[in-house]
Order: sequence, then structure tokens, then C-alpha cells
Amino acid sequence: MRTAQNGPSPSATEQAIIRLQQIRKIYKVGVERIHALAGVDLEIGANEYVAIMGASGSGKSTMLNILGCLDRPTSGKYLLDGQLVSRMGSGALAQVRNDRIGFVFQSFELMARASALKNVELPLIYSNVGWWSRRKRAIHALERVGLGDRMSHRPNQLSGGQKQRVAVARALVTNPSILLADEPTGNLDSKTTVEILALFDQLHREGQTIIIVTHEEEVAAHTQRIVRMRDGQIESDLPVQEDKDQHSQERRIPTSDDVSDAPSGFDADNFDNERIPDNGRPATTTQAPEPEPRSPQSDEAGHEPTPTPARARWASRGASR
Amino acid sequence: MISILLWPLTLLRFGYQGIGLALGQIWTNKMRSFLTTLGIIIGVGSVTAVIAGLQGMRTKVLDSFESFGTNKMYFIHDWPDDGPKQHASWRVIRLRPDHFNDMLEHCPSIASLTRIREFGARMEHADKAMNVSVTGIEPDWHDIENRSVILGRTFTHTDNEGARQVCLITEQTRDQLRLDRDCTGQSILINDRRYYVVGVLEERPDSMFRDGSSEAQVFIPFRTAWKVSEGFMYAMAACESPEVADDARAEARFFLRHTRNLAPDEPDTFRIEIMKQYLDQFNAMAVGITFVAGGIVTISLLVGGIGIMNIMLVSVSERTREIGLRKAVGAKPSAILLQFLIEAVTLCLIGGLVGLLGGQAITELLASIEKAGLEEAYIPAWAMGMAFGFSATVGIVFGMFPAIKASRLDPIQALRHE
Ligand SMILES: Nc1ncnc2c1ncn2[C@@H]1O[C@H](COP(=O)(O)OP(=O)(O)OP(=O)(O)O)[C@@H](O)[C@H]1O
Ligand SMILES: [Mg+2]
Repeated sequence: MRTAQNGPSPSATEQAIIRLQQIRKIYKVGVERIHALAGVDLEIGANEYVAIMGASGSGKSTMLNILGCLDRPTSGKYLLDGQLVSRMGSGALAQVRNDRIGFVFQSFELMARASALKNVELPLIYSNVGWWSRRKRAIHALERVGLGDRMSHRPNQLSGGQKQRVAVARALVTNPSILLADEPTGNLDSKTTVEILALFDQLHREGQTIIIVTHEEEVAAHTQRIVRMRDGQIESDLPVQEDKDQHSQERRIPTSDDVSDAPSGFDADNFDNERIPDNGRPATTTQAPEPEPRSPQSDEAGHEPTPTPARARWASRGASR
Repeated sequence: MISILLWPLTLLRFGYQGIGLALGQIWTNKMRSFLTTLGIIIGVGSVTAVIAGLQGMRTKVLDSFESFGTNKMYFIHDWPDDGPKQHASWRVIRLRPDHFNDMLEHCPSIASLTRIREFGARMEHADKAMNVSVTGIEPDWHDIENRSVILGRTFTHTDNEGARQVCLITEQTRDQLRLDRDCTGQSILINDRRYYVVGVLEERPDSMFRDGSSEAQVFIPFRTAWKVSEGFMYAMAACESPEVADDARAEARFFLRHTRNLAPDEPDTFRIEIMKQYLDQFNAMAVGITFVAGGIVTISLLVGGIGIMNIMLVSVSERTREIGLRKAVGAKPSAILLQFLIEAVTLCLIGGLVGLLGGQAITELLASIEKAGLEEAYIPAWAMGMAFGFSATVGIVFGMFPAIKASRLDPIQALRHE
């Protein structure tokens, strides 16, 4: 609760679990250089509950992968629990992932032929845990996510929500410092989404630090702090209440009927891109987050076209309207 | 420090977990795994069968040497390949009885010696007449040759020294001449000379050497034979044991060169044959066959190995997402490498095992064919060890590349893989 209040403020520095300093991730595609992350500074303290939001392609997954030590930044520093992990080798990173990070994926990533219990045991296979305590810890993790009665079920014998719970149990079984989830409810219907969110809430109450990447405002509303990204940079980083105030202002303008027929993902993207004004500056030169209030009628012509043609189409449709 | 100590333990743990995983993987892809390991199955099966066959042959050959006498040696005249005696007349080259006088005293590695004179003759008894092969032998012959006298007595030194007109007759000859069953004391005519039968020899035991046993045989003392028919002779000896055969040969050579007055630079005018050398020749041949079989197995293992590599590559790309997941939850590249390596090795070892069972089946089939004479065929322990060793090596060598490929996969890209 405390961390939620002072979220991005410097006073959190001392207790920060995660500290990112000028993190950049540059992909080279042919001669083109894509700045997936263009200088990100971020601190996240213990037991924070954070949502990362932003348009498609804004670098959310890239950031989460770096936070999860699945990937290394091109430049910048990443301190996890005070340890510099941004320059570690792949073996050491694997160790860090094993010890301190729990990952939940949009598509569950369960091993189809293994039981729920075996799936949850997987991370412990790669740490020095004996057979018996591995089993006990896996059982405990499954009980924590409320699947104590489904341990011997295989993924194809479980519902989507149950599968994601197994995945959460797997992420929790090593007692990680942070739990990272990349669109954990992306493949779930609204009812199961609520179920999984309740689980995250519960874990947060139990003291777990959680970072969720999501497109859905309802999901983000469960968290305490919302980091909005745009073109590889942090656009805003606010406690959930303040973020809501700003966005509710912006939300009022579009009439939902003209975008309701669009696919939901694009709808959200489009919405974000159109309503959040862009200053027309190239992504790489954009500076720190700009939490200043946005005016709803920001010029759409000056707005950088988004990379995918589909989005460009939606943007132009918005412009022609 | 402790981590260094724990390392083998960790390896062991990954080892058995890896084997479990690998077996599961193989079980879910039974047919594919079987087809993949076919190369190894055939390779191991055929080579173990060949080795088993050789082993059977070897046992048989050794047995016949044993019954024939592995410590036997022969001395026969021989024209040298060069030197003045290359085209010398037979009279110069031939062996004479006196060449062997006192040989036993001078050759400590030789236990017994007999001069032998063989010639053909006409043999008569009552109204029966037939051609026989007459062999003049000395009493030591009984010690060297593995043939017992079933009736009557063996030759004595007195028989030989006195050049007595006595003979030993084989069972077959006795029957052909219609002599009594116990014909000792009866007389027969050989080239019109009268000989008294002192004993009956058993037929030569069945042997792969010297057939022609269908010919009727009669034995007389050497001196007697030399007296009635001087000519080509040779000698047969037994060394103290097969181990000193080479010593015996050297001693005999030195002795014979001396008695035959050969100058130091002159080549031998005789040759010495040791039974052991035939055994060595057989062994050399067996080694040759083993190498040929080894070549075949190398090729089939190579082909099998390429199959393994192929299927492991398929497996890696099929399981890219799984690899990505394992890495994401903290599997080090080395753990992934080990997992796939163990899988390849397990696959190969199972192939080796099936191949071995196949080889055993072929071996039993070979042993059951009566004409083949391989009843003793079996797969020796070293061949089994080798079969597994080679299989494991193939697994490691050909599994390495796919395993390295898997271990180097980028977790994010692997998780994104379709
Ligand atoms: N491996 C890669 N090679 C090249 N470019 C990449 C790679 N991965 C990501 N990118 C680029 O980096 C940018 C950020 O990608 P990222 O996946 O982080 O977006 P995201 O915010 O997660 O989008 P979404 O909401 O669609 O998941 C995108 O422009 C993307 O095209
Ligand atoms: Mg993403």
C-alpha cells in the first residue's frame, strides 16, 4: 500500500527490488534499427502491484522480458535485488530466472503430456531441490492457487482458467522475488479473467510483487500502479487512482459505436493512439514521461502512423471521420 | 569449493531425470524411434552375429587342434628360395635318419621325436590283397600321436632297433582284410614280406586335418621301413608345451643346420612346421574377419548416427517451445544440452540393446544349423560391451550437434515459435 502511494518517487529507491537505468533495447532488422526500448528508467519496490500498458509494439513485452532476465538490454543498467543482472551470461541469467523470477505467459505454456503437478515441479528440477521437497513445494503451490484437487490432471483436462492457475503455481513454486505476467488473461474469457485477477490480488495481499502487462483497463484497475508505455518509453507512471482520473477524462470523447465493430485488440490500440496525444517527436528523442493532461482534440494528422498496416488503416479511418 | 563437489551430483541428478524424460519421449514416438535406430540395430545385430560365428569357429578349431596336438611339429626337407642349393638334386636336399640322431639331447624344448617313412605297398592275407599306405614309425610316435592301441601292444625300442618285421594295423584295414577281431599274432604279407601283427590301432579321430583316412593304413618300425624302402622321410616331434614351440623350433633349426652341415650364410634346406603356427594363422584370419565386420558396422553405425542426428534435429524443432519454457523457468544451456544428449544416447543404447537381442537370435539360429558346425557360437562379453560402447559413442557424436542447437536457442524466440 505504501509503495503504491509513493510509486515512482525517489524515496522508494532504497527498497527497490527492480531498478532500471536508461535501459535501451535495439533490434536490427536489416539496416533498420528498431528502438524497442528507448531509455527506460523504472523502479519497483517490494510488494508492488504494477500494470504495464500501452499500444501494441510499444515495448511492453520487451521490457517484461528484460525484467524477467529472459533478454539482455542493449545498454543501460538493470539491478535486481541490488544485483547487476544486465551484463550476466546466459548461465547466470538462467540461475536468476530460476531463483527469483516467476513468469506467467499468455498462452500458459504448459507441457501437454505432463500432469499439473509435474508442470509445477519443472522449475525446481533446475534448482538444487530434492525429489521429496520438490513434490511438497509443488503441491503447496497448487494448493495456493486453489488447484489442490487437480494435481494429476493434464492440461487438456483443465479449463483455460485452471491452466493459467497451474502456470501461476509454476511461477510461484520457487518463491520468486517478482511475478511477471505477459497478458495473463489475454486468452481467457471475462469470467475466468476475473478468477485469475482475484488470484493475483490474493497473491499480492500475501506479499508477492507482481508486474502484469495488459491491454485491458479492467485488469489494470486491479493493480496499484500503472506504467503506460509508448514507442519504447514510459509515457506515464501513476498510482492507479490518478491514472484513472486522467484517462476517464480522455475516455469520454469517443463514441463507442464507431469502433465497437473493430477487433478488440485493435480497438484498444486505436483508442490509445488516438486519444493520447503524441507530440510528434520521434520515439528515440522523446524524453521522460509526460503526465500533463491531454487535450482530446490533438491533431491526428501529426500523429506518427503506427507500424502495422491494420493500425494505420484504423488510424486513417479515425482521421477521415 | 562445495559447488565443485556438488557438480557431479547435479550431473547425476540430471542424468537420471534425463533418462526418464528420454524414455518418455521415445515411448511416445515408438515407431519413429524404432525406424530411427534401425541403422544401429542392424549394425550391432550383424556385427555381434559375425563375432559370435567366429567365436564358434574358433572354439571348433581350437578343439581340433587340441585333439590333434597343439605342440606338434614337423621337419620336412625343402629347397631354399635362393643360394647354390636352390636347384640341387633331391639326394642332396632330402633328410636322412642320421640327421636326427641325438636330437632330443640337444633340443631341451623337444619332448619326443619320431622319424617317419611312408610308402605305398601291396598287402596280402590269405586270399585277400589290397593297396595300403605303410608308415614306418619309432616308439615315440605313440607319445606324440593321439591314437591309442585298442588291442595288443605298442612298438618298443627293440622292435625298432632290431628292425623287426612287426606291424600295427588299423581297425579298418583289419576289417578289410577279413582278419579276426583280435588279430595279434597273425601274419600278413607286405610286398611279399611277412609281418606279425602286434596290435590294432584305433581309427584316427575325426579331424579337419589330413583326410584321406579312407586309405588303409599299416604301421611298421621305422628301421624296418628304412631297410625295405629307403627314400623320402620326415620327422615329427612334440615340444614340451605349446608355449615353448618357438624355442623348440629355434633349437631344432640350429641342430639340423649343424647335422646337415650348412654353412652359416646358407639358407635352410628344410622347413619346420609347428601346429601353433596354423593356430596363429587362424587367429590372424579371425582378426581379419573381425576388422571387415568392424568396417561394416562402422558404416551402418554412421548411417544410423545420421538417422539419430536427423531425428534429434526434428525433435529439437518440434519441442522448441518446450525448450523455451524450460529455459524461461531457469534451465541453463548445459542442462538442455545434457537433456538432448542423454536422449540421443538413450535412443542409441536401446537400439544397441535391440540389435544385441537380434544378434543373439541370429547366433542361436547359426548354432542350430548342423551343417554350419557353429554349435559353440556365442556372443562374448567384450562384444556386448563394445556394442553398447559404440552405440553410446554414436549417440554422443551425432546427438551433440542437435543438443548444442537446442542449448543455444534463445528463450524468447523459442517461446514465440509455432
Ligand atoms: N526479435 C525482434 N526483432 C526485431 N524487432 C522486434 C523483436 N521483438 C520485438 N521487436 C520490435 O520491438 C517493438 C516492441 O515489441 P514488443 O513485443 O515489446 O511490443 P508489445 O508492447 O509487447 O506489443 P503487444 O502489445 O503487441 O504484445 C516492436 O516494434 C517490435 O516489432
Ligand atoms: Mg507483447
